[in-house]
Amino acid sequence: MPAVTIGVLALQGDVREHLAALAELGVGARRLRTPPDLRGVEGVILPGGESTTLSLLLQSSGLFDPLAGAIGAGLPTFGTCAGLVLLAREVRGGRPDQRGFGVLDCCVLRNGYGRQSESFEAAIEVSAALGATAMPAVFIRAPLLESVGSDVDVLGWAETPRDGTRRPVICRQGNVLASAFHPELTGDRRLHRYFVGLVASTEFETPDDPVAALAR
Amino acid sequence: MSEHAEASAHTGTFAVKRGLADMLRGGVIMDVVTAEQAKIAEDAGAVSVMALERVPADIRRDGGVARMSDPALIGAIQEAVTIPVMAKARIGHFAEAQVLQALAVDYIDESEVLTPADEAHHIDKWPFTVPFVCGATNLGEALRRISEGAAMIRSKGEAGTGNVVEAVRHLRSILGDIRKLTQADSAERYGWAKDLGAPIGLVQEVAENGRLPVPLFCAGGLATPADVSLVMQLGAEAVFVGSGIFKSEDPVRRARAIVEATAHFEDAEHVAKVSRGLGEAMRGEELSALRERLADRGW
Repeated sequence: MPAVTIGVLALQGDVREHLAALAELGVGARRLRTPPDLRGVEGVILPGGESTTLSLLLQSSGLFDPLAGAIGAGLPTFGTCAGLVLLAREVRGGRPDQRGFGVLDCCVLRNGYGRQSESFEAAIEVSAALGATAMPAVFIRAPLLESVGSDVDVLGWAETPRDGTRRPVICRQGNVLASAFHPELTGDRRLHRYFVGLVASTEFETPDDPVAALAR
Repeated sequence: MSEHAEASAHTGTFAVKRGLADMLRGGVIMDVVTAEQAKIAEDAGAVSVMALERVPADIRRDGGVARMSDPALIGAIQEAVTIPVMAKARIGHFAEAQVLQALAVDYIDESEVLTPADEAHHIDKWPFTVPFVCGATNLGEALRRISEGAAMIRSKGEAGTGNVVEAVRHLRSILGDIRKLTQADSAERYGWAKDLGAPIGLVQEVAENGRLPVPLFCAGGLATPADVSLVMQLGAEAVFVGSGIFKSEDPVRRARAIVEATAHFEDAEHVAKVSRGLGEAMRGEELSALRERLADRGW
């Protein structure tokens, strides 16, 4: 794997599993808690957790604005579950004051698959870019992708247990990648490998001082 | 795409149960007794709320039998917030747990804070779709609960006291024994299993991984941002705060400060900043002044 440094947002959620997945792939990884942690990061992972909590902590830690600036400028970003909610252009079933990055042209319904009793595991269908063979996936109070824009590539689909409809569960738009489920909770590393490939093929490095860079 | 994905989805698997506990890591689960308190908790950044009729400090003060909460109250709290809602069942009271599952709560706490319903048996948690969290005071107790199907363990601490000393004792006991167990050779692990009263398979798993097979959270007596920093540094992966928030002078500010301190528990300057001017913490009790130790309930 190429020598890149990926930051994992570490304010709340299943950070350790993402760090372990990156370590398995031999990729340099770092926890992101404050703006200086963004220095030199070439890609960012937004983990699973509670999106309402993450949204608040992103703002109070001062990470929200520099991160929004960097993602907007093309910093490769991968969000899983709550991470998808933070990236989506439109969020339904969230809190009215919940702030996200709004860079992935889609509409998600928070907890759209239901409460925890409806959380599920399934083998999902993935595109050729991810190897085409079924991928094990764990959905925990997952966001439901209700619609995706025409510029969004869908890389994975799953049958919705409640009504049997086939819906997108992995999306990519430019340098933004997101999944409704938790690839970090299974041993299947294809999505992390795909993201590392995206980071390696992108020329982007956050400036030495991300906050000052934003102010310029 | 080529190969057709398997059509069937599986709910209630251990990965799904444990998965929700993993998503709550680094967060604060707050006890609430009304829908309004639940909103305050969510506004402050809680990852989950525990729906109760009385917080432990009041249960302790009032005495009498403490039971599962009114389904109407749990329903009102579920309606009020978008974060996961937990509720407590009495130790061994599998029928209360069945009711909580029927209400679709997100986690069931088989809790010593309520009056135990069975003096010898905890709930067999495997048949349930909804996951369980159980309290533990030591490693053996934690592993017995996991063998019964618990997908999250929390320290018992001494609920409703505002005194962190018991939670620290329980965390140190569990984590200290895990550290020792990782040094045991293969023969010694059988001795550990016997002494802990825990299944050898789980003992071996802990010895190899250096951690419990499910997340370990801290509960019982947490009252300040520094308290949560303390237990997170000791090795807790998230915190439950019960009476500590809504029995304090300014619950809104204290709730927010405790969320911040949990996220930034290693940053003493940050903990100092959020600790300023929070008003009075809950009054708290010396352990020697207690009539009954809730942590002694369960086995």
